[in-house]
Amino acid sequence: MDKDNKPAIRLSGLKKRYGSGDAAVDALKGVDMTVWPGEVVGLIGPSGSGKSTLLKCLGAVIEPSGGHMELAGETIYDGDSDGWKIPDLRALRRDRIGFVFQAPYLIPFLDVTDNVALLPMLAGSDNAAARKRALELLTALDVQHRAGAQVSQLSGGEQQRVAIARSLANHAPIILADEPTAPLDSERALTVVRILNEMAVQYQTAIIVVTHDEKIIPTFKRIYQIRDGKTHEEAGEGREI
Amino acid sequence: MINLAARDVLHGWGKFLFTGIGLGLLIGTTLTMAGVFRGMVDDGQVLIDNSGADLWVVQQGTLGPYAEPSSLRDDTWRSIAGMPGVADTGNAAYLTIQLAHAGKESRVMIVGMDADRPGRPGAPPYLIAGRPIQQHHYEAIADERAGLRVGERVKIRRHDYTVVGLTRRMVSSSGDPMIFVPLKDAQEIQFLKDNDALINERARTAANPAFNRPGVPGLLEAAQASATQARSVNAVLVRLEPGANPDSVAGEIRRWKRLTAYTKAQMEDILIAKLIATSSKQIGMFLVILAIVTAAIIAFIIYTMTMAKVREIAVLKLIGARNRTIAAMIMQQAIALGLIGFLVGRVAAGLWGPAFPKYVLLLPGDAIAGFGVVMAISGLASLFAIRAALAIDPAEAIGG
Repeated sequence: MDKDNKPAIRLSGLKKRYGSGDAAVDALKGVDMTVWPGEVVGLIGPSGSGKSTLLKCLGAVIEPSGGHMELAGETIYDGDSDGWKIPDLRALRRDRIGFVFQAPYLIPFLDVTDNVALLPMLAGSDNAAARKRALELLTALDVQHRAGAQVSQLSGGEQQRVAIARSLANHAPIILADEPTAPLDSERALTVVRILNEMAVQYQTAIIVVTHDEKIIPTFKRIYQIRDGKTHEEAGEGREI
Repeated sequence: MINLAARDVLHGWGKFLFTGIGLGLLIGTTLTMAGVFRGMVDDGQVLIDNSGADLWVVQQGTLGPYAEPSSLRDDTWRSIAGMPGVADTGNAAYLTIQLAHAGKESRVMIVGMDADRPGRPGAPPYLIAGRPIQQHHYEAIADERAGLRVGERVKIRRHDYTVVGLTRRMVSSSGDPMIFVPLKDAQEIQFLKDNDALINERARTAANPAFNRPGVPGLLEAAQASATQARSVNAVLVRLEPGANPDSVAGEIRRWKRLTAYTKAQMEDILIAKLIATSSKQIGMFLVILAIVTAAIIAFIIYTMTMAKVREIAVLKLIGARNRTIAAMIMQQAIALGLIGFLVGRVAAGLWGPAFPKYVLLLPGDAIAGFGVVMAISGLASLFAIRAALAIDPAEAIGG
């Protein structure tokens, strides 16, 4: 990774408080995190530690309560001045953040190609260009032979590959993966992690993988452990897959 | 951009189609109700048009002959026939009876008409089979919906009548088929008492000292003969000469003959605005209720379909789909459902309409208005689902 570049994502002192007064709950108490382009980091922690809250803040789905957040060098949230710096969070999510979920959550009434092409189309690409990009990604993820298939015809592993392809469709600098291997067996889980690593390098995308999965934790080179609303950076084993 | 609504519909087309068919049957019922109302109006209209009259002369102060009882002497026509502007006149007697024939019972309107010439007002304007009535007794012309055939004999009250001709769309304002008979026969059917009643009436008259005075020969016989004669009709139908002003001739009849005369426009008002007013309000209420039920069903179906896609909508919102993209998807589906429902409903109404006992008239204008209403209802009904969809939190796509 080229540390001369700007980090894909940089968080400093990020906070999130739910409720107010006596009922207030501090889910994030000052999270610091830096992830570089082409890097895959793990985000682990027990249930209720704040992983999902952090993911939602990173995904611009909920607004943090304080701290600072940069995306590819651009401040997108500053708790000290006015909060979000980007007026259209929907466009921010569409154009600059990719999502991979625990279940693939593909759109069941679209075929594989259109599930991937939908994102560029939503961003304004014409249909031909969007489908070309989709086929390119499906080829990179080795599911091009299923391009015309319906979602229901795919195996769990194939669906997750298509979901990864969708997350990459708009050249997002960061991908947030929420338990992407949870429904998969060991072999398929490791395959998904290998693909994420390859994609991160190939497309210079930073990938944050939230996981409980003991099988894949040893594969991360860097891990952020979240406890009591704070992150602790640890070196991972970086085991080869 | 992909049409998400079309893709979703195609993905679950069977469910969508069956839902549309179910909705279509409801819309078909609504269109049929409108058709029943139009049929009632049309029945009234053809009753007026096919009578061949420009004026209806009835008993003073009544809304006869269709909306209220009216009784005139059967020679009233003579004094009217000589008035300026009058081209022809015809007596008419109307009576609705229950006709039992060939093991079946049906409601028919007996119409007594002057049988001396076929072209008189009150006679059927055309026949689809057979010939006009040529004898003064016991011949009949029936509307085809009465289920009679030419040459068939049918018993009406005391006598058997031979069906000599068939006509079409000659119905009462209630939609009952007409059976035309000679006037004298109709008068007898309508006004003449049965034999037992006649004997009883004669005995009563004989017992009345006012009619059975000693030394006044012939008085009792005259009184009894008067009681058994049927010399009334319900209306005199008047055809005007070309260029004659109906209002002016009707005014003259009212002024000089002490009778009530209605023009065509007034008779339309009586038949359509007054006689079927309650029925049309009743049908109007049904139409309103059916429209509300249709709207509620479309809203419920679209809402349910939308709520079944909460996760997909959350994902769409998370990955950056605009609100209008999601709203358009839901609204297009609602419109498509309404479109399928309308097409199925229109076809269904066209298929089952003729099987109704009364005339069901499906007007193209009503179909176009119905289409507009269904589309508007579909669009409005989708607003509930759109509101719910836009309230879905994109965070629902992320666990925790």
